[in-house]
Amino acid sequence: MLLGVLSLGGVFLFPLWQITLDAAQFPGGLKMHIWVNKISGSEKNIIQNINILNHYIGMQYIEPDSIAELKYFPIVAYAMMGLGLISLVINKAWAYLTWFIIIAILGVLGIYDFYLWLYDYGHNLDPKAPIKVEGMTYMPPLFGEKDLLNFYVTSYPHLGSGFLGLSTLLGFAAFWFKRKS
Amino acid sequence: MKTHFLNYAAGLSLIFLMASCGNQGSETSQVLGGSAAEQAYVAPGEYDEFYAFMSGGYSGQITAYGLPSGRLLKEIPVFSKYPENGYGYSEETKAMFNTSYGEVPWDDSHHIELSQTDGEFDGRWLFVNGNNTPRIARVDLTTFETVEILEIPDVAGLHCAPFITENSEYLVSGTRFSVPIPQKDVPIDTYKENFKGLINYVSVDPEHGHMELAFQIEMPGFNYDLARNGKGKSHGWSFLTTYNSEQEHTLLEVNASQKDKDLMAVINWKKAEQYMKEGKFTERQTSYFHNLMNEETTIVESEEKTLTKILDPKNCPDMVYFIPVPKSPHGCDVDPTGEYIVGNGKLSADMSVYSFDKIMKAIEEKNFDGEFDGIPIINYEAALDGIVKKPGLGPLHTEFDGRGNAYTTFFISSEVVKWDVESKEILDRQPTFYSPGHLVIPGGETRKPDGKYLVAMNKITKDRYLPTGPELAHSAQLFDISGDKMKLILDFPTKGEPHYAQAIAADKIQPNSVKFYDIEQNKHPHATLGESKTKVVRDGNEVHVYMTAIRSHLAPDNIEGFKVGDKVYFHLTNLEQDWDVPHGFAIQGATNAELLVMPGQTRTLVWEPKKVGVFAFYCTDFCSALHQEMSGYARVSPKGSDVPIKWGLNEKLRENEQAAHDFYEKAKKSANTGK
Repeated sequence: MLLGVLSLGGVFLFPLWQITLDAAQFPGGLKMHIWVNKISGSEKNIIQNINILNHYIGMQYIEPDSIAELKYFPIVAYAMMGLGLISLVINKAWAYLTWFIIIAILGVLGIYDFYLWLYDYGHNLDPKAPIKVEGMTYMPPLFGEKDLLNFYVTSYPHLGSGFLGLSTLLGFAAFWFKRKS
Repeated sequence: MKTHFLNYAAGLSLIFLMASCGNQGSETSQVLGGSAAEQAYVAPGEYDEFYAFMSGGYSGQITAYGLPSGRLLKEIPVFSKYPENGYGYSEETKAMFNTSYGEVPWDDSHHIELSQTDGEFDGRWLFVNGNNTPRIARVDLTTFETVEILEIPDVAGLHCAPFITENSEYLVSGTRFSVPIPQKDVPIDTYKENFKGLINYVSVDPEHGHMELAFQIEMPGFNYDLARNGKGKSHGWSFLTTYNSEQEHTLLEVNASQKDKDLMAVINWKKAEQYMKEGKFTERQTSYFHNLMNEETTIVESEEKTLTKILDPKNCPDMVYFIPVPKSPHGCDVDPTGEYIVGNGKLSADMSVYSFDKIMKAIEEKNFDGEFDGIPIINYEAALDGIVKKPGLGPLHTEFDGRGNAYTTFFISSEVVKWDVESKEILDRQPTFYSPGHLVIPGGETRKPDGKYLVAMNKITKDRYLPTGPELAHSAQLFDISGDKMKLILDFPTKGEPHYAQAIAADKIQPNSVKFYDIEQNKHPHATLGESKTKVVRDGNEVHVYMTAIRSHLAPDNIEGFKVGDKVYFHLTNLEQDWDVPHGFAIQGATNAELLVMPGQTRTLVWEPKKVGVFAFYCTDFCSALHQEMSGYARVSPKGSDVPIKWGLNEKLRENEQAAHDFYEKAKKSANTGK
């Protein structure tokens, strides 16, 4: 269980998700990293540069400060680490199971929330956008790869999600072994 | 020997019968056999192995080429104003052209010197001389921008410059033309009594590269032509060729070519440093300008200096010597070991190679042949290591490959000759097209040459390319010198007239190349750090526009309230923070230039509207898909009209003059304290 709590800490060390935009004029691609508490990129000014590109098609500006989830998700993560420690103190199978269920539900909710954001960015476009392509929306894939105008967009979980998944599995394993013993 | 004479004959016929060069094509096709094209080929998307920096001669600029492809990478404006990007026209850069003669917007750039550490190129800075108005410029190799120009006082024609020492301690230079010092109204035929030459030592600050005139040595009135500094064991010494030791002042081509030998100056600069410390100098009032770009504001600050420190060899024994050199020498080159000094006597049939050890021994034993103006003349034979016998006609410059070989250009016989430094034996000769001046091997004047390629820079082009009317581009030839024989692998036209060039491994520059300026570090007093801070301020007949550029609009893009007779300052800040997104600025009626503003940078263009009407301004750099839309209007009202200042971007025009004025006053104050 302790390992589960520790690996949950990994979400603060690594991004949860990586969206890469590849186009001829951007050698190496523009890499955007979504963390539990921030949005960053492979270069310092990536968000500004993606916003400049997005404004042509009328996408909203990505403003990390205005995304409430980035403020309360870290609190939730710390709370789960705390709960994990409490379950460790209780050291009963039901405590581990409870923790596992909560974090599994939170994980699924988190992904759903992320999907909603992507949907909103991709569909809620400024009607005065300079470039309008009939019938075109710009939602990046949640998981996978897609052509969006001149960009080839790749979106996959990153190491942070790996640690989150590992943490969930370890929580379940703690429950499993506790119950067996 | 016979073939040599045939070569001479061929060379001479090239010079004297240059109009009729018919068989040069077949000669080339022989040389270009095998894989020559492949050797110079750099595939699309691949990088060159070396940067070559060529001076521009009468263009006053520098060009950067890739080797071996010969691709032009950039023209760096240095001594000539450059309306293409506003260099010398923008308020920030115009002070770069201040001199004791006022603004001098052009020059004749000759010799490139890259900064060195331990006798090797370190890739930090590039120095180049201005010949006509004696100046030395420094280019920052992280940005490829000219950041400093220092004028050298009391010299005329700073051709012999700016030769660097092996740890970039000094840039050594000498006057090409001797003149009265200080300048005075005397008959020209009093040359011998009134004219003097100065050798100048400019120190380079090891951290920032800032230049300072440390001292000048007052020398006899000769023409100081070229120089090199010692390296390794000869570090601490400078060698300068001179011509016109006849001290003639008219028809030099004849009168300055009479003596069988001229003199090479040998200077112990460590000794000179010691005399400076001991205070053996005299001070003289003069005037020269030092123009330096402030790293924080990126504004050029200009300062007039009025004092120079002079060392007189008569009062400073053991500091300066002469050695005879056969007939009107030009280049004077030191091999990578620092032991051999090659005197390229351009009117002599032979080349003299001196030994540093022998020079030291001769000095120690006082093996002198008289003196000139109190300066001892070292015995020629005592200093001589050997003679390269009949290598060609008109030797000008020599570089080295680090494998014990030297390569010399021969102007008259139009060829490059490879010879062994120790044995003085001639190993190979290849024709060039036509009449080479300087040549360059990457690192070829340092302790560690990268002897893979050689570029000969020719003075005469003739039929080398498709014709372009009477004025032709100069031509350069790239040789592969990795084998025993030199192999011509590429011909390419160059900009201006490259005199000297230096080439450096790309990996010493490429990793440090700046992609854009960090806008958080922008300390320009008139910067506009954000679109919400854009504004327009009137101060009497001056109007300051605080404008920003980001894809794909200028803010503000509608401005009213200008009047005929105003002096309008467009302070444009490029808000982009990505590589290769410059924005331009041009406005109709601008009689100066346009601007190119790099991401994160602020540049200012002055516009003086003379006509009533509405005038368009726009971005001149195709920045994005909506670049054509990146434009705006400036409304100019008659003088004395009461149209208020108003501005905006996609909104009802604003006129919060008070807030704008407060901002302007603050900016003005910090601009003033910045100076």
